[in-house]
Amino acid sequence: MPIIATDALTMRFPRVTALDALSVAVEPGVVGLVGANGAGKSTLIKILLGLLPPTSGRASVLGLDIAREGEAIRERVGFMPEYECLPPDVSATEFVVHMARMCGLPPTAARERAADTLRHVGLYEERYRPIGGYSTGMRQRVKLAQALVHDPQLIFLDEPTNGLDPAGRDEMLDLIRRIGTEFGISVLVTSHLLGELERVCDHVVIIDGGRLLRSQAVEAYTTESGVLTVEVDEGRDELGRRLYDAGLSVRPEGRFLLVDIAGESTYDVIRDTVAELELRLVRMEQRRHRIEEVFATGPPGPQGGGAPPPPVDYAPQGAPR
Amino acid sequence: MSVSTIHDIGYRHYEGRRLGRAYMTRSLYLHNLRAAYGLGRPARAKVMPFLLAAIMLLPATGSVAAFAITKEAEALIPYAAYAPTMQAIIAIFMATQAPVLASRELRFHVIPLYFSRPVGHLDFVLAKLGAMVTALFALMAVPITVLYAGALVTRAPDPGEHLVRFLTALVGCVLYALVLGAIGLVIAAFTPRRGFGVAAVIAVYLVTAAFVAIIQGLAEMESNWSLAGWAGLFAPFNLVDIVQVRLLGAESSSIAIAPGLPGGLVALATCLGLAAGSVAVLYARFRKAGLS
Repeated sequence: MPIIATDALTMRFPRVTALDALSVAVEPGVVGLVGANGAGKSTLIKILLGLLPPTSGRASVLGLDIAREGEAIRERVGFMPEYECLPPDVSATEFVVHMARMCGLPPTAARERAADTLRHVGLYEERYRPIGGYSTGMRQRVKLAQALVHDPQLIFLDEPTNGLDPAGRDEMLDLIRRIGTEFGISVLVTSHLLGELERVCDHVVIIDGGRLLRSQAVEAYTTESGVLTVEVDEGRDELGRRLYDAGLSVRPEGRFLLVDIAGESTYDVIRDTVAELELRLVRMEQRRHRIEEVFATGPPGPQGGGAPPPPVDYAPQGAPR
Repeated sequence: MSVSTIHDIGYRHYEGRRLGRAYMTRSLYLHNLRAAYGLGRPARAKVMPFLLAAIMLLPATGSVAAFAITKEAEALIPYAAYAPTMQAIIAIFMATQAPVLASRELRFHVIPLYFSRPVGHLDFVLAKLGAMVTALFALMAVPITVLYAGALVTRAPDPGEHLVRFLTALVGCVLYALVLGAIGLVIAAFTPRRGFGVAAVIAVYLVTAAFVAIIQGLAEMESNWSLAGWAGLFAPFNLVDIVQVRLLGAESSSIAIAPGLPGGLVALATCLGLAAGSVAVLYARFRKAGLS
């Protein structure tokens, strides 16, 4: 059973169409929802929570209809908003306990679950101090904890890595991965950065301007390409010229050379040329596609799986709200 | 050989009970009631409400002490007159604590976290209004109870009369709390910055009180007693005093009181209308905030 399914879901605001006939279905697991700012991600989450009635179309979450069973959905899901949503003058413990009770957990259970959940997201002694003194990374953890405290079946994480430094970003992504695998809770995580979702998601849905651009398993985005990345210590240009002379299609990119694979012999030619020039070969690897390339190249050729894409009308869009 | 290992018990699912709407609303009510007195928040949040509560108690204890020594009946403040006499303190309490309940969670965008849970919009508003009304009621009812207990202990004459006046004054306190809570929360809910909220609530209290006093003063110069009485409907303390005098048999402590039973009924209807209007406005306000 898909955890989220939408059917021609459309949301029009007076001045902007946030979602345009979006039809998509995703299976349990960690699902990434990608789109530029203003692509309709946050609107979609609000609709799926049953808070915002769509203009037209239907959707279900965990098999429950958003129009008729909104309350049942809200009992079973957790939500971590994109923006700051924490009162500064209470402690993390106090706040998360309160939020657990707002999900119907009895007082004792609420306290136990809050302590467990804060420990799982990596907040220890500092959880007794007022939230106002926390770093951005700690606040994000509290926001995550309040979404998890009632043990939902599915959580919506809206831009959880926003504002984090690289280390904090990595920790948050690891945490999201653990929620999906170890905790057994399905995750819908949004981001405007494709690269970071590549690491944690099983499935990625890309929307743009309220339309579905792609929905498929992560592997399908990152299949091997017919390009070799070659890195040498120095003498990149010398090597490039020799390879070009040898009839290979070569182009520089940063410190690397990208070589199109013409056949098995390509590897031998590169190896031999490097040896002749007495260069030190640091690496030679077959390049993988990056999800970003979906945006760079527009509509793709082969489809890996998931829902079939609708006709794509891809045009970069600003951030209207 | 003994091998000791630390077991990470890992994530455990919650298999226990999940309670329903009544429990959530009750929890929310208690949470807000505690917040109104700064409980569960840092020490400085407790200073103002408890200071004001202490000031509210001073006249009551002083009055009882004076009566115990002099045995003069006038030394005891009439129960129904207590709230109007102390209205400045009550207004300050309303001004400083209504923003705590109404605008603090708006300002820090906490509201969507409630409505992404199985918390209903109406339950949410009723819990907040209920908590504010209870906090204001406690502020007024405790000193009156002290007065009554003092009167009993010092053997004031006519205990039956005292009991009736004490109980009707408590009913009056419920109305005061309802009217003030409704007005305070609505104003605070539209002024997200706390300082502005406090100032706005105080301003509304002062402006209405001054406006009504001026109208009443002018009307009395013209000997238009009925206009002076009806004008009292537009100031919160005067409004409830009309109900106390006309329907609960208290003695007036305002400049003028709307005439007769109709005056009392209109005032009571105004009180209830204010409360209902406040619920409607807060409902719309928080519903919108839940979507932002």
